Amino acid sequence: MKKGTLKQILLLTDGCSNQGEDPVAVAALANNQGITVNVIGVLDDDQSEQPDGLEEVEAIAMSGGGVSQIVYQKALSQTVQMVTKQAMTQTLQGVVNQELKQILGEKQTFEELPPDQRGEVMEVVEDLGETCDLEVLVLVDTSASMTPKLSTVKEALFDLSLSLNARSGNNRFSIFCFPNKIKPIQKLMDWTPELDGISKVFPKLASGGITPTGPALKEAMYQFGKKSLFGSMKHASEPYEETGY
Amino acid sequence: MQVNHTKKLVTNLKRGTIIRGKWNGTKYQVIQKLGEGACGVVYLCERNGVQAALKIGTDSSRIITEVNVLKTFQKVQGKRLGPSLLDVDDWVTPDGITFPYYVMEYLRGTELASFLRGKGKEWLGVMMLQLLTDLEELHDQGWVFGDLKTDNLLVTTPPPKLRLIDVGGTTQTGRAIKEYTEFYDRGYWQRGSRKADPSYDLFALTMVMLEIAYGSRFERGAQPKQTLEKKLQHAPVLKPYRPLIQKVWAGGYGHSREMKRDLSSMLSSPAKYKAAEMKNTRVSRRKEAEKTSFASAEAIVIFISVILFYFLYSIVAW
Ligand SMILES: Nc1ncnc2c1ncn2[C@@H]1O[C@H](COP(=O)(O)OP(=O)(O)O)[C@@H](O)[C@H]1O
Repeated sequence: MKKGTLKQILLLTDGCSNQGEDPVAVAALANNQGITVNVIGVLDDDQSEQPDGLEEVEAIAMSGGGVSQIVYQKALSQTVQMVTKQAMTQTLQGVVNQELKQILGEKQTFEELPPDQRGEVMEVVEDLGETCDLEVLVLVDTSASMTPKLSTVKEALFDLSLSLNARSGNNRFSIFCFPNKIKPIQKLMDWTPELDGISKVFPKLASGGITPTGPALKEAMYQFGKKSLFGSMKHASEPYEETGY
Repeated sequence: MQVNHTKKLVTNLKRGTIIRGKWNGTKYQVIQKLGEGACGVVYLCERNGVQAALKIGTDSSRIITEVNVLKTFQKVQGKRLGPSLLDVDDWVTPDGITFPYYVMEYLRGTELASFLRGKGKEWLGVMMLQLLTDLEELHDQGWVFGDLKTDNLLVTTPPPKLRLIDVGGTTQTGRAIKEYTEFYDRGYWQRGSRKADPSYDLFALTMVMLEIAYGSRFERGAQPKQTLEKKLQHAPVLKPYRPLIQKVWAGGYGHSREMKRDLSSMLSSPAKYKAAEMKNTRVSRRKEAEKTSFASAEAIVIFISVILFYFLYSIVAW
């Protein structure tokens, strides 16, 4: 199989969207364009109960073909890298499954395969996970309630690049935040292979109570198309874009 | 994640529950729960009067990944790394939900920390030497254990033998570490990358020693490197091991063999050993004197056999 590029949006938020189009619908759209949407809901360390509206976290990820998790700040670093890797495995498994169906001509999912075959598929998936190129667009909700959590977010993102850069495949990261007074999202860091410079990027902004997650996601989708390094959106419907060697 | 809703269905299987394989029909009877981890639940089971450990989970890719690792370990002649693999199958519950599982050798043992409690401190060195012997084998085969931590170390008796369980983090050398736990991860402590190489495991091993010395894990604080150094200086139990541990932290060991050589020569040097013994006697809380004297007699036997084994091994290796 050819080397390809996986595209992911990683949304970090602590509440429910309350403005603009439904993020669940936008996530479905993104998934259709070959972009996986992962969502992490961040709780305060002293928050004992899950606040209202966080169910949306799971709904967005589900329709975006990704993985979701609600965590306390303390566990953010481990969760961010786990969610990202898990989503990669999930996507790659889908791709391998697709190929298998073409060969076997059967309506079989990974789970329905006999254990031995599953083991072989998993080996291929692991090889791909190690070698494929990956683009992660991090979309951070920087509304007022998130502000005290931003230093933890920074740490977690730095840690994410540590985990992903241990792979042999190439990585590209970019960071955007929302809300913004004039645009749906604001670019904090352009596509880069390392997140070393991350400590400087977060502005000290505390906007009001609006959380336009849907419009922000939609704008984020287009950030993949804008850069040319890994090709355009030509094969938009394929989750795993084959760029060849 | 969807996984969390369905996982509940297998976290508390009752004693006597029959798990029957969808593919090969083999039946296992649940005796009791042994433990629970991130990707599955482990039960003590019985089949034809033989006990085995059965790990059942919801994430079939993770279960299968572990099976793949255990399989490669079975192929190797000689020493056994991790529990041996007995069966792989799926269970369809009465509600019609399918759960993947695998069955492995049941290791009846004690956690490392409770095994060491009340024993002479020479035991820590002996256990680490055993661990290094297994790691050496693993590294020679092109693997790195990855998620090395006290939870994944069992001591089976008799004779006391340290065994590695949970191969979920076991990664081919050169790849990105599959699974890790922050406290043991050199990346977390700003001591290197998360690429699988032998020294990744050696770093985790030093953290096992620190955890044993303090009885618990600790935070990295604002200056991780300094925190580690301070913790090492303030642990009397670790005094004899300081140069060794510091060498690991400085990246001075490219292979477990070199560290094993240093540790075993350190442990078998009588003068230094005695001096260290005088200053500090117990790993942690003392138990009855009777038990400990027995323990040290046993330690000497183990000790000699480990060294003997080491010699034999190095002859073979040459
Ligand atoms: N082969 C075994 N024999 C005895 N106990 C086991 C065995 N495998 C696992 N266990 C017990 O089950 C617990 C959880 O298993 P583990 O494989 O570590 O789960 P996870 O990988 O999901 O963290 C372990 O901590 C241990 O106590």
